[in-house]
Amino acid sequence: MTALPKIRLIWLGVTAALMTLTLWMIFLWVPTEINQGNIQRSLYFHVPVAWVAMVAIVLIAVASVAYLTTRDEKWDRLAVAGAETGVIFAALMLITGMLWAKPVWGVWWTGEAKLTTTLILFFIYVAYLMFRAYFPPGEQRRRLAAIIGLIGAIDTPIIYYGAQLWERAHPSAVVGPLSESDSSVDGPIGLTLMVATLTFSVLFVYVASERYRLRKQEDEVTSILRAISLKRPRTPSSSMDNAETISSVPAGGA
Amino acid sequence: MLASLGTVLTLARKDLLLELRSRDIVLAIVVFALLVITIFTFAIELTPSRSRDVGPGVLWAAVAFAGVLGLNRSFAMEAESNTLDGLMLTPVSRELIFFGKVLGNFAFITIAEIVIFPVFEALFNISVLQPETIVIALLASIGFSAVGTAFAAVSVRVRSREIMLPLLFLPTSVPLIMAAVESTSVIVNGGSWSDFSDWLQLAILFDVIFVIASAVLFQYVLEE
Repeated sequence: MTALPKIRLIWLGVTAALMTLTLWMIFLWVPTEINQGNIQRSLYFHVPVAWVAMVAIVLIAVASVAYLTTRDEKWDRLAVAGAETGVIFAALMLITGMLWAKPVWGVWWTGEAKLTTTLILFFIYVAYLMFRAYFPPGEQRRRLAAIIGLIGAIDTPIIYYGAQLWERAHPSAVVGPLSESDSSVDGPIGLTLMVATLTFSVLFVYVASERYRLRKQEDEVTSILRAISLKRPRTPSSSMDNAETISSVPAGGA
Repeated sequence: MLASLGTVLTLARKDLLLELRSRDIVLAIVVFALLVITIFTFAIELTPSRSRDVGPGVLWAAVAFAGVLGLNRSFAMEAESNTLDGLMLTPVSRELIFFGKVLGNFAFITIAEIVIFPVFEALFNISVLQPETIVIALLASIGFSAVGTAFAAVSVRVRSREIMLPLLFLPTSVPLIMAAVESTSVIVNGGSWSDFSDWLQLAILFDVIFVIASAVLFQYVLEE
């Protein structure tokens, strides 16, 4: 079950070490940006989580195509792991974006193309996860979910193109004192951003692989329970018991 | 090629005939859309300039929300009367079934729009019945029916499909809704074709990509 516990442990250690280094760099090492002050440190969270959210969509798309062509359950597990983790990172991207926008641009929300795109993708993949939660587990759910995941990925560049046109047609109402200032990302700022992006990518791989592993165990439990319930003699009382046992187990989760 | 076209038309004709007898879908779309528009006339105090500002958005939000109702019905009826399996057993490729359904849904949305647009024009006092708006309405209807048909087929077997379809359909259609709203906005404010050519391109891009992608993916929807 835990085929390579050592690798998982090492990966967790690497993630923790990198995260400590990143936090030190963000809050202690990197100099405060002149124009925006401390709030500019949001950059080191906002950009990496946005990057990870996009990586998650690519992962879902690849896993969905692979599932539809091979019908191997592992691809479906990978897509779920990517979607659940991706939705969380997309939410973090939106939250850090808003927290950063308020003091700098004077508004919580603007029609900025990347924010708009992430918001819509967030909705698409929340719907993807809801669909998985509503649908009874089995081959059909995996297949239909792969189709939804793929349509979402196909839609991504179109949404981004649309959001860019939208941004151009509606110059955002940014009124903050620093709305015109443009931070350059080189020197220590660039280095910190690079390290943070690496760290969040490593974190994503760790969280997604843990979710993948958990998913696999859930599938195993479900199939074992099904096998047990099929083997038992069918008396009224035992079939009741079985029904309860099965329903109390999360049927594969989202 | 011609035979395929015949099959698609036969499938669409079946849906239209059913609709002609029951009048379930188009009526639902029209009434719901008009309700949304009417509620907005109370929600917003309409001055001529405000009508032009918010009108296009209200119109397309109403069409998109109401369209979902109709799309839901198109496969729900098949599932309820157990004709989906029959449809799958017909010696017809999945793509043709898809295009037949898309054509049917396109017809329903377009017919509904023919009623909705004049009423909207009267209530909001802005002129939307123009050649440019008709083009953008047709493009929007194509995209809505392509994406909607694929998602309606995906969600037909899910419990609470009435909830699932809008949750899948609306965010995916956002680029098309943006294009329709912006184009209509340019048109009612006196702009010409060149002023919304970008949005027109976006709508065409969306339609082309999703008609092809949905047709390809549809064979995986109706399987087994």
